[in-house]
Amino acid sequence: KDLMSYQLLSVDKEGLATSPGLKERNYMGLSDCSSVDSSTIPNVDKKSSLNFKATELRLGLPESSQSPQRETDFGLLSPRTPDEKLLFPLLPCKDHASGNKRGYLAKSGSNNAPASKAQVVGWPPIRSYRKNTMASSTSKNTNEVGLGPLFVKVSMDGAPYLRKVDLRTYTCYQHLSSALEKMFSCFTLGQCGLHGAHGRERMSEVKLKDLLHGSEFVLTYEDKDGDWMLVGDVPWEIFTESCRKLKIMKGSDSIGLAPSAVEKSKNKD
Amino acid sequence: MDLRLPSKVLEHILSFVDSNEDRNSVSLVCKSWFETERRTRKRVIVRNCYAVTPEAVARRFPEMRSLTLKGKPHFADYNLVPDGWGGYAWPWIEAMAEKCPSLEELRLKRMVVTDECLEKIAASFKDFKVLVLTSCEGFSTDGLAAIAVACSNLRELELRECIVEDLGGDWLSYFPETLTSLVSLDFSCLDSEVKLSDLERLVSRSPNLKSLKLNRAVSLDALGSLLRLAPQLVELGTGSFSDKLDQEAVSKLSQAFSEMKELKSLSGLWDVLPEYIPLLYSVCPGLTSLNLSYATVQMPDLLELLTRCSNLQKLWVMDLIEDKGLEVVASSCKELRELRVFPSGAEGLNDTNVAMTEQGLVSVSEGCPNLESVLYFCVQFTNAAMVTIARNRPNLKCFRLCVMEPFAPDHKTQKPLDEGFKAIVERCKDLQRLSVSGLLTDKAFEYIGTHGKKLRMLSIAFAGDSDLMLHHLLSGCESLNKLEIRDCPFGDTALVANAAKLETMRSLWMSSCCVSFGACKLLSQKMPKLNVEVIDEHPLETRPDSSPVERIYIYRTLAGPRLDMPEFVWTIQKNPEIGVSHLAIK
Repeated sequence: KDLMSYQLLSVDKEGLATSPGLKERNYMGLSDCSSVDSSTIPNVDKKSSLNFKATELRLGLPESSQSPQRETDFGLLSPRTPDEKLLFPLLPCKDHASGNKRGYLAKSGSNNAPASKAQVVGWPPIRSYRKNTMASSTSKNTNEVGLGPLFVKVSMDGAPYLRKVDLRTYTCYQHLSSALEKMFSCFTLGQCGLHGAHGRERMSEVKLKDLLHGSEFVLTYEDKDGDWMLVGDVPWEIFTESCRKLKIMKGSDSIGLAPSAVEKSKNKD
Repeated sequence: MDLRLPSKVLEHILSFVDSNEDRNSVSLVCKSWFETERRTRKRVIVRNCYAVTPEAVARRFPEMRSLTLKGKPHFADYNLVPDGWGGYAWPWIEAMAEKCPSLEELRLKRMVVTDECLEKIAASFKDFKVLVLTSCEGFSTDGLAAIAVACSNLRELELRECIVEDLGGDWLSYFPETLTSLVSLDFSCLDSEVKLSDLERLVSRSPNLKSLKLNRAVSLDALGSLLRLAPQLVELGTGSFSDKLDQEAVSKLSQAFSEMKELKSLSGLWDVLPEYIPLLYSVCPGLTSLNLSYATVQMPDLLELLTRCSNLQKLWVMDLIEDKGLEVVASSCKELRELRVFPSGAEGLNDTNVAMTEQGLVSVSEGCPNLESVLYFCVQFTNAAMVTIARNRPNLKCFRLCVMEPFAPDHKTQKPLDEGFKAIVERCKDLQRLSVSGLLTDKAFEYIGTHGKKLRMLSIAFAGDSDLMLHHLLSGCESLNKLEIRDCPFGDTALVANAAKLETMRSLWMSSCCVSFGACKLLSQKMPKLNVEVIDEHPLETRPDSSPVERIYIYRTLAGPRLDMPEFVWTIQKNPEIGVSHLAIK
């Protein structure tokens, strides 16, 4: 689900909103915004960058930009009624080099592109110690004993949820393939029955690789450049370095992929 | 006729009063009770190191043997407090060295501890026994060597999640051969390898050793020999659990584990390979505490392990456990009291198909009647789930839910999570600690203010609509002690209107909210017993009253303004010529 696609309901005096329309909420986080460049933030009124009242950052749907801009007198004496929304000005951002701190950014990407996460200091609230420990385990030198995990997500067409696997626990494609088979066999059993893969009577003997070779499903991965490739083409070590996600796709969907690889897998049959 | 209890009698009675809360009450009865109590108190806990001066503490409790101090506010754990803010241990250690040289135990949390501090401890306290540093920083392994070499009666040395400058593993080799009193050693947060032979010798000459937590660099092979030397351990933190061992080594390790009849707590397990998990089966039935939060074990491999942990009271795990694993916990771990589920990877935010959902926690709330403390990170949640959890577990004391996507609504109904948290505070009448997340309106806080009468600590992020939210909390939550808020859209009105409340609390933290500089000044003037600290790394050159501040940390104190404030911390004492502001409170 797109980060931006949920709808924020307003609150009226009586309680939770039941009004059918959407009210836009204006909210702005003032986390250390030293590295926030106002040019990357939509709707920031640049000409009044020193005027707190007029700069506002909206967290709302992209198509809601035609809603009227509200100005509220930001002062201590302004009376607050329960349903008066407060606009919070964006501090003019100085360009401080502050290392790993990032400001709060609301991304209003188009609905098609997967929304990138807002980068927020200290969120989710995980202790630095824990973060460092997990980070150091994934970046450890491959020559060292006791490598950290290398988690990638595995999704499968038609499966209700995805799994994560640690690529470091496998040593070769065969190993990975049989592990995935175990993990996803509960989803493939049904499929195999439908397509009568190899006329086997006992479901448990049907292997994923048979399904793969039966060209019903292919195992693909997204590499670090964002391209989807077929699994098995490159040496195992290179694969683990570059694989970011795994997907068990229906054979018909894999036709866009590296054609030589598809040819290769067909020739294996 | 003098009706007072002779002080010797009172002293004797008080020797049975252990809890500091009770002792605090005793000290309020009358002057003589105050005097007797203070002269006999051995364990002193100062939960905000800036609330009182070290000298005042030393003066009041001359017989102090154990001192516990906390420094930085809790949100420092999440990098919200800039480096250099404060929390220095030195003034305390210096003062105690002079006034309480019989000090034996020091426990510090979120403080800056330098090598000089450690050297001073080693040099000053002749009978020093216990050093526990939690989430501390500022020292190196050289400081540890100083402690090791000098403290001849050392019983406990524990470094819990500290940031240590690691100059190597030879600090451990400084423990003299004459040191035989060790009961607990925790160096799990260090990186460097220690010399195995020195560690083995230390362990073998420590017959009272009950708790040993190794660092990751200690191999699985080494673990085997250590366990054989210390089968009496009650708490074990393993090192890395992933070396390839041959069959003989594996069976020896298995044997070593099965000899450990006293083991109650197990942690570490870094990089544990699935094929080694069966090694742990023999200790599982005895375990009351299991920390798998650094073990990257997948759900299928966890199930067998969990079904054997029938006495488990505390479980820390990663979300790799999935709903299915939590169902197994619910059916196997009937004694469970505390559950913490940590996120395994930050990329969960874009997923809707995740294998761990609110259902996992619901299962545990159904199956575990003693569950009273929960920390749960997950991608999304529902009101219905919270209502069910509240209904199942009205005995909850601590409920910390972290829905990782800010402003995430109930993912089934798209409504705010107000009703869910309402159920929690309404039903769980003994709730003392609450962390809220997800999409929340002012309503949620109205409920919390109305029902959260026993609530002592509350953490809030990305929530609410207006000042009403803060007003509900400050005026409703009678027991509120610590309130920490980030990225919420309010500030001045409720804060200033409820200023008196702040003196009844230990502290209030607000960051990235909308508190104005003027309100801070006003509060400072109105409430002289509070330290109102404005922490702004990027202050404007001229600071108009209306400008919002980045962070504000308010705490009650007897010590007045602190003397170690860095540049980026402002208090009104720094700028006394600012007169009373024109701002009035309605």
